[in-house]
Amino acid sequence: MARMNMVQALNSAMDVMLGRDPRVVILGEDVGFFGGVFRVTDGLQRKYGEHRVLDTPIAEGGIIAAAIGMGVNGLKPVAEIQFADYIYPGFDQVVSELARLRYRTAGEFHAPVTIRTPCGGGIRGGQTHSQSPEAIFTHVCGIKVVMPSNPYDAKGLLISSIEDEDPVVFFEPKRIYNGPFDGDPHKPAVPWSAHTKGEVPDGHYTVPIGRAEVVRAGGDVTVLTYGTMVHVAEAAVRLLGVDAEIVDVRTMAPLDVDTLCTSVCKTGRCVVVHEATRFAGYGAELVATVQEQCFWNLEAPVQRVTGWDTPYPHAFEWDYFPGPARVAAALKEVLEAAA
Amino acid sequence: MSPRSRLHVPDPPARPGQEPDFSYVHISPAGAVPRPDVTASVRDIEQLALEMVRVLDDDQRAVGAWNPHVEPRELQVALRHMLLTRLFDDRMQKIQRQGRISFYIKSTGEEAVAVAQGMALEPGDMLFPSYRQQGLQVVRGRNLVELMCQCLSNTHDMCKGRQMPIMYHWGEGNIFSISGNLATQFPQAVGWAMAAAIKGEDRIAASWIGEGSSAEADFHYAMTFAAVYQAPVILNLVNNQWAISTFQGFAGGEHKTFAQRGPGYGIPGIRVDGNDFLAVYAVTQWAAQRARQSAGPTLIEHVTYRAGAHSTSDDPSRYRPKDEWQAWPLGDPIMRLKAHLIALGEWSEERHAQLQRELEAHVTACWKEAESYGTLTGGPALDPLTMFEDVFREMPPNLVRQREELRALRSAQADARQAAPSRAQEG
Repeated sequence: MARMNMVQALNSAMDVMLGRDPRVVILGEDVGFFGGVFRVTDGLQRKYGEHRVLDTPIAEGGIIAAAIGMGVNGLKPVAEIQFADYIYPGFDQVVSELARLRYRTAGEFHAPVTIRTPCGGGIRGGQTHSQSPEAIFTHVCGIKVVMPSNPYDAKGLLISSIEDEDPVVFFEPKRIYNGPFDGDPHKPAVPWSAHTKGEVPDGHYTVPIGRAEVVRAGGDVTVLTYGTMVHVAEAAVRLLGVDAEIVDVRTMAPLDVDTLCTSVCKTGRCVVVHEATRFAGYGAELVATVQEQCFWNLEAPVQRVTGWDTPYPHAFEWDYFPGPARVAAALKEVLEAAA
Repeated sequence: MSPRSRLHVPDPPARPGQEPDFSYVHISPAGAVPRPDVTASVRDIEQLALEMVRVLDDDQRAVGAWNPHVEPRELQVALRHMLLTRLFDDRMQKIQRQGRISFYIKSTGEEAVAVAQGMALEPGDMLFPSYRQQGLQVVRGRNLVELMCQCLSNTHDMCKGRQMPIMYHWGEGNIFSISGNLATQFPQAVGWAMAAAIKGEDRIAASWIGEGSSAEADFHYAMTFAAVYQAPVILNLVNNQWAISTFQGFAGGEHKTFAQRGPGYGIPGIRVDGNDFLAVYAVTQWAAQRARQSAGPTLIEHVTYRAGAHSTSDDPSRYRPKDEWQAWPLGDPIMRLKAHLIALGEWSEERHAQLQRELEAHVTACWKEAESYGTLTGGPALDPLTMFEDVFREMPPNLVRQREELRALRSAQADARQAAPSRAQEG
């Protein structure tokens, strides 16, 4: 078992898969010689050659389209979109082509493409380097949508994604690449080496797609969240000292309804937390699911804590970011609501 | 007056009621364009993008360096493929007009492009067509019944009722799925070709796009990626002059040829008479040989004319002269190949009429068989519960739940129908 941060864990996942499966190829802007702007593909081209790890032109639509063509021709492409904020030129290729190829050809053609893309804020990236567009992709039938919250899951889920015969959009919360950020930018950074989920096996293992995980057991309230917000929620729970159960959704689509709703039915109270904007955000799906499955067990209205419905601002990052204080306030409200 | 800018809005040379005018189409004499070596460097052959490769001359003879010297027997096969494509199109259009299918797209006037290219390529080469290359299916021996069943969304529909008519695919025949989102197949074909090169295969890819949809970013992606990686791919731009109601000027064809875009990316651009079977065959052979020996991609502009409407939902009499096709200077590809074969002494009017009768009977028989597998209004029908399949390889829980919901709903409906017998039965 090694200590890895999320960057190293993701790198290790691709290293393992490039080594195990000659069909795996990596492509994207700056991923080859340079090893990626976040260093996630560092050293892979040196090890596997420039036919396996390809630098590409700056053309997200072209990267995804080429990956589809490669997938149809028997390869297993892992495409990096440098920032989730840049994915939109490739959106048509994802929505109209990649997601529906198996369906429209009744299973005769498919493209097992994994699209990795760093998402989320907290890095002073402003509105073009901070977005969390997962809900846009969960609304598309035919792709799986994944977002890990720690190095162990990151590696296991990325290996599962690459091995999956269906397309996966794999969001990497870049604020937690190096450590489990708890939402307070003024505290000293904490490295993954001090976290149990920073222990990552060197070799092959998988974390299944479509399974949520209870990361903190508790009896009074359930927090449904994912990505960076798992750590923010943990901080809020510590702050309040309440007996909360935190569920890391991990896979947005397909959703593990059972794990989520078992927890909410047990606690009777629920707060949904995500960094993305609120209106028609992924939290709306979670709240609707809880309402459908847990209504008679609920003792308080379900709360959402999210980014505000504005573009991600540069100068007001910490007023925008749904930090532990906002999560704690929502927890308090839900816990104090009369049954 | 101080200078002011003025917006230029392209205008076609003729609108309904006006005299057709194709003086803007530059046509080189047959046999006039030299044929370079397939390994020639892009900068040495830029002229190919300005001229027009033509083999059949006005006397229906094959002339010049591009003459591919195809055996007469092969030319007869080509004529048969083109004629079958046209008769199939005509029949499907009629069937749509009778309300028996919802939609159709003909390739009338453009048959030489798909048929010549299909014949010049190897069966293992992967084809990424747009919706107007049904000739590729014909060349590769597809049973027309399968195409008809797709248009009918019946029990033999390869798409299981999920797609509107003409969105065919054929895994076994190496023909990719046709997309209604234009131009998306162009960069996908390049990715496929890149994979072939990564794996060290001798197969190449070919894709087709209209001049209209070459305005999409996907065209630029395809050209850039093809040039950067020297992908073994043939990128075909079928310039049929019209994109629904907008003429080729709206795709940027007023100032330069579409083929000229090739050299701008570092890719040879060849402009070819798209209604000349032999010329299309020859440039395709050239490009395929180039691609197969790692000399890189080629952009081919096929100059042709969309003789029919864009689709059965379109009415071209609203935006172009009715008789424009008659004025088209490059003629009808079927008539030209037929005349060439007759000039060679390898064909006759009688044989042609006989072939036409035979193919019409074949299309009729195919349609009859296709209808036996279900129509829009009767006969065997697809099970609606199959709509939940193939979204993913394995059905996720939410789809399983939704399928069961629909199953219950349908069975309740069936029960209700049984419990309340119809008036006819009561009477």
